[in-house]
Amino acid sequence: MNKKFYPFIRPERYPHRLCPGCGHGIIQGAVIRALSELELNMKELVLMAGIGCAANVVNMYIKADTVHVHHGRSLAFATGIKVANPKLKILVVSGDGDLASIGGNHLIHAARRNIDLTVLCGNNFVYGTTGGQMAATTPLGSITATTPQGNREPPFDLCSLVVGAGGSYVARCSVAQPKHLITTIKKALVHRGFSFIDILSICPVQFGRRNNLATPGQMIKWLKKNSISKRKADTLPKEKLIDKWVIGEFCAELERTWAGYLPS
Amino acid sequence: MGHKTVKSSLNPGLYFLQGDEALAEGAIAAGCRFYAGYPITPATEIMERIVQRFSQVQGKFVQMEDELSSIGAVIGGSWTGTKAMTATSGPGFSLMMENLGYAIYTETPCVVADIQRVGPSTGMATRVAAGDIMQAKWGSHGDYQIIALSPWSVQEMYDLTIRAFNLSEQFRVPVIILGDETVGHLRETMEVKGELTVYERDKAPGKPPFDTPEEDGVPPMPSLGDGENVIMTGSTHDGFGFKKTGDGAVNERLVNRLSKKITNHADEIVEVDSHFLSDADAVVIAYGFVARSAFRAVQELRNDGKKVGFLRLKTIWPFPEKAIKEVSSQCKKLLVPEMNLGQVVREVERVACTATIKSLTQIDGTPIFPHKLMRALEELLS
Repeated sequence: MNKKFYPFIRPERYPHRLCPGCGHGIIQGAVIRALSELELNMKELVLMAGIGCAANVVNMYIKADTVHVHHGRSLAFATGIKVANPKLKILVVSGDGDLASIGGNHLIHAARRNIDLTVLCGNNFVYGTTGGQMAATTPLGSITATTPQGNREPPFDLCSLVVGAGGSYVARCSVAQPKHLITTIKKALVHRGFSFIDILSICPVQFGRRNNLATPGQMIKWLKKNSISKRKADTLPKEKLIDKWVIGEFCAELERTWAGYLPS
Repeated sequence: MGHKTVKSSLNPGLYFLQGDEALAEGAIAAGCRFYAGYPITPATEIMERIVQRFSQVQGKFVQMEDELSSIGAVIGGSWTGTKAMTATSGPGFSLMMENLGYAIYTETPCVVADIQRVGPSTGMATRVAAGDIMQAKWGSHGDYQIIALSPWSVQEMYDLTIRAFNLSEQFRVPVIILGDETVGHLRETMEVKGELTVYERDKAPGKPPFDTPEEDGVPPMPSLGDGENVIMTGSTHDGFGFKKTGDGAVNERLVNRLSKKITNHADEIVEVDSHFLSDADAVVIAYGFVARSAFRAVQELRNDGKKVGFLRLKTIWPFPEKAIKEVSSQCKKLLVPEMNLGQVVREVERVACTATIKSLTQIDGTPIFPHKLMRALEELLS
């Protein structure tokens, strides 16, 4: 990594512990670049992580207060921290299992409160840490350790979920387009309400190898092939969007900010 | 930092309050300025009182989506340097077990009031029981020690809540207030003194927040935002919070210290209340609301010239082993009445193994009345 980023990281912790070819390294790079470009006061930044591969994006690598909590509970802890000390800037980086399944209720309610948190979901479509079981985001038909015949449950559209719940900045990015990812993370970090980015990531080890996508290159190509920009998607009929990921902003009501909780 | 004397948040004098309200006042007096909670009978009045009073003392309140998140938010709030609490009853307490373990492992000061009702499951939501004694000690997975206090009056809902915050801050451990529905909903007079002692969190910038040179020490605790780049995790960690999940020796040392910081200081933590023990032929060992009936029963029997004694456990965890050993060395007949099927009695049997121990249980949702205890004591004497 470029030495200019060293003040933002704990260089002695590298090389990181993600699997070879993991897309979450790209998310980590994007987060570090976004923090560096925004020149945020790192003293007032709190990083939050839950359980799962995506916790490794921030936990122990980025140099700031870091809170690594139980599976799914990062938004509950983050809510307490933010309400108790609204001066702190909070960045939650977690996975799809953490945010969409076991912590789904916390995601809905944090979005409903429109509390000033930035949440990045490293979405790799699978439970990576535990060996590749089906997730709430696994595409229909995909093979996982618990769906050997192919997944029969439709996956969550996390952006629609968070928009519906009341989040004020909601976007989807992919690790196949890192520059767009950095720009979007910066926008989310600057916003003063609930901001959420569903970041499509790649897991060649636990997801790809079971689905004829065993190399990182194949997975990146797969992401690109199945992604479509929001601008283009808006011009197409619904049936053309089946099994596609729409990339872009779904809600950007930047004037809808969190006022903080006055003493009750 | 440490102990210091402060003025009471309420004007000194007598107040006629409900137990739950007194608990909320005790929290505010102790310096609690963060509360996250979820409504549940019979603890809701605590949250309602907190909301009213926080507007006067600039406290921060958030109503959460469930009890899992309530205690999560409390732990987060505590790490900003704010004294924090939540309150619940059995079903909510069960949901809190996960993050209670996190608070123990990350040495997060916080107070959890469990106003017990009849269980298991939803049970009888509005009726009294004391079935969560063992859950308070063993409910979360893994090995740990915890502090739990048992108030018997509105006065103690206030006093022991102050003490709960002080112990929690001093030992960096969650403290459970094991109230019950009857004490929670009881209304009676209590006294507020003009001054009280509170414990302010110890800080020492640069020092490890999760280790001490002593094998039973309590490390200093930085706050998020202090610029110390704190790392905290529920995984096995070294003194600076770095994950050490592959090093069994680290876990061995850490879990032993977390346990010893409580057990080695039990004399400082444990409080009991005793009467008529010196010549007693039979002693009732009670806690919580039942202790009031037990005290009445003992007084009545003493009036009749019967040599009965009374020992009340104000602290349940760590278990008051020393006090019970002392009693059982003088008196070989012990009665342990409880509003459960016999939880504390097991501990008494463990500690006072040479005594004759009678367990009196009741789980019909009503308090055990004095006459029943008088009969049981008389039987034990005969």
